[in-house]
Amino acid sequence: MMKKNKSGLIFTSPFYILFLTFMVYPILFSFYLSFNKWNGVGEMEWVGLANYINLFRDDLVWKSMFNALFFFFTYVPVMLFLALVLAVFLNSNIKGRGFFRAAVYLPNITSLVAVAFTFQLLLDKNYGLLNMFLSYLGISSINWLGTPLGARLSIDMLMIWRWLGYNTIILLAGLQSIPEEMYEAAIIDGASKVQSFFRITVPLMKPVLLFTLVLSTIGTFRMFTEVFILTGGGPANSTLTPVVHLYNTGFNWFKFGYASSITYLIILITLILSMVQMKLLNEKEVKS
Amino acid sequence: MKRLNKFIMYLILTLTVIITILPFIWMISASFKDIREIFSYPPTIIPDDFSFSNYLQLFAEYPFARNIFNSTFIAVTATTGSLFFCTLGGFGFAKFDFKFKNQLFLVLIASMLIPPQSIMIPLFLVFKRIGWVNTFYPLIVPGLANAFGIFFMRQYMTSIPDSLIEAARIDGGSDFYIFLKIIVPIVKPALATLGIIFFMNSWNAFVWPLIILQDIELQTIPVVLTNLQGVIYTPYNLIMAGSVISIIPLFVVFMFMQQYFISGITAGAVKQ
Repeated sequence: MMKKNKSGLIFTSPFYILFLTFMVYPILFSFYLSFNKWNGVGEMEWVGLANYINLFRDDLVWKSMFNALFFFFTYVPVMLFLALVLAVFLNSNIKGRGFFRAAVYLPNITSLVAVAFTFQLLLDKNYGLLNMFLSYLGISSINWLGTPLGARLSIDMLMIWRWLGYNTIILLAGLQSIPEEMYEAAIIDGASKVQSFFRITVPLMKPVLLFTLVLSTIGTFRMFTEVFILTGGGPANSTLTPVVHLYNTGFNWFKFGYASSITYLIILITLILSMVQMKLLNEKEVKS
Repeated sequence: MKRLNKFIMYLILTLTVIITILPFIWMISASFKDIREIFSYPPTIIPDDFSFSNYLQLFAEYPFARNIFNSTFIAVTATTGSLFFCTLGGFGFAKFDFKFKNQLFLVLIASMLIPPQSIMIPLFLVFKRIGWVNTFYPLIVPGLANAFGIFFMRQYMTSIPDSLIEAARIDGGSDFYIFLKIIVPIVKPALATLGIIFFMNSWNAFVWPLIILQDIELQTIPVVLTNLQGVIYTPYNLIMAGSVISIIPLFVVFMFMQQYFISGITAGAVKQ
């Protein structure tokens, strides 16, 4: 039986105090700010809806959204496919499973800053390891970080490298929850390995795959450090992400009013995405 | 056929591991090289001219020892404090009944939907107004009682039988005494998992330390590495040495407590 007294409220109150101070208040404040022009020091100047109108005219806003979508549609499918393959391998009867699992997960615990600088060296046009390997295959040196497409693919590579192991572990946990008897029954019915992969594994893994997809969507829209260090958003803003654009607008150009309207756009898009995904997840739960 | 399948599996797994490990090898290798050797062709894996001078230079010319201390201090304080308040909050939601509990819990869940980076501008202005810019407070205080941690602990505690708490209550223990003497010892495995997540997030944090910490003496390792980067010249040899130092602590923790890292990832997923 649960006790009804003040303790529960007292024990949970620190969260609400911090939530009100460091989340609700800033969000409300930035709503007010988004109708003003302000460089952070002088007087605020009321500009009405001008910031929101500028939002629609700002090419960089749309470019950063497009870039986020580009990243999402390029690295996420590749990463989740590879993660599923690795998870299936690791779920089968192989030696050294613990070692492989630990090794692919390692990138995820490392400082992104350290890793992004290392990737700058690996991807260097003249002295990088990747171009050296490619030259062995007869491919002439690619300017990874200096061309728009190259830079975008560089970010993709960094994302896949960093998050592959993480997703593999989630998918592996999902695979381990599929009862062995289902595969045995399929073998008795004469199904091949490939058939049971597509008829048993994939359908039963749908909720878990969807979960990793949700995490990747959120991750893509929050991307900052990867881009900030590896490409700085360039060349020609080809890797600029919404959060990097927000950072630049506020902390490099000191347009705090306009930055507040970008804040609202990002929050709005994130909330819409989250709602769509929660709906998807719930539907899947009902079905499965 | 079966043996061929096995062979292909090991081949793909081994290739993946090589690709995964290669950047680390490259980082370590470059940290022992002279800048001219880093930018020479063909690239060398084992340095021709192996030397510790990058590490020595980093500590001699920059307050890097101080930066390591800052990273450690912030991560340890944030982790310990957050563990305390999140466990307390989780206990409150799991084992007590109070007015508007369901609504309040819904607010807690909903707050996780807002990406923390999206409010960097107004939150920075709040920190500025209360004089927290260039201090450690913004990197410790706002996350002390965070929604994820409370949710995580609540899920874990719902499986603790109420009879345990009732028994202690009959013995006359206050709710906070029950929390310290009964609950905390039971949830130790969850504390380890959550503690690792908190420590990792704080140690590797970049966005807020970058925005908040302006003096080089106060900066954490990731921020100081970024500031080594110049407009014209970037001392990659020093950055790589600093990077190696920055990844060591978590590698060591990972080697000894791997299962807690894994359970931290799967905690959210298996529910689905």
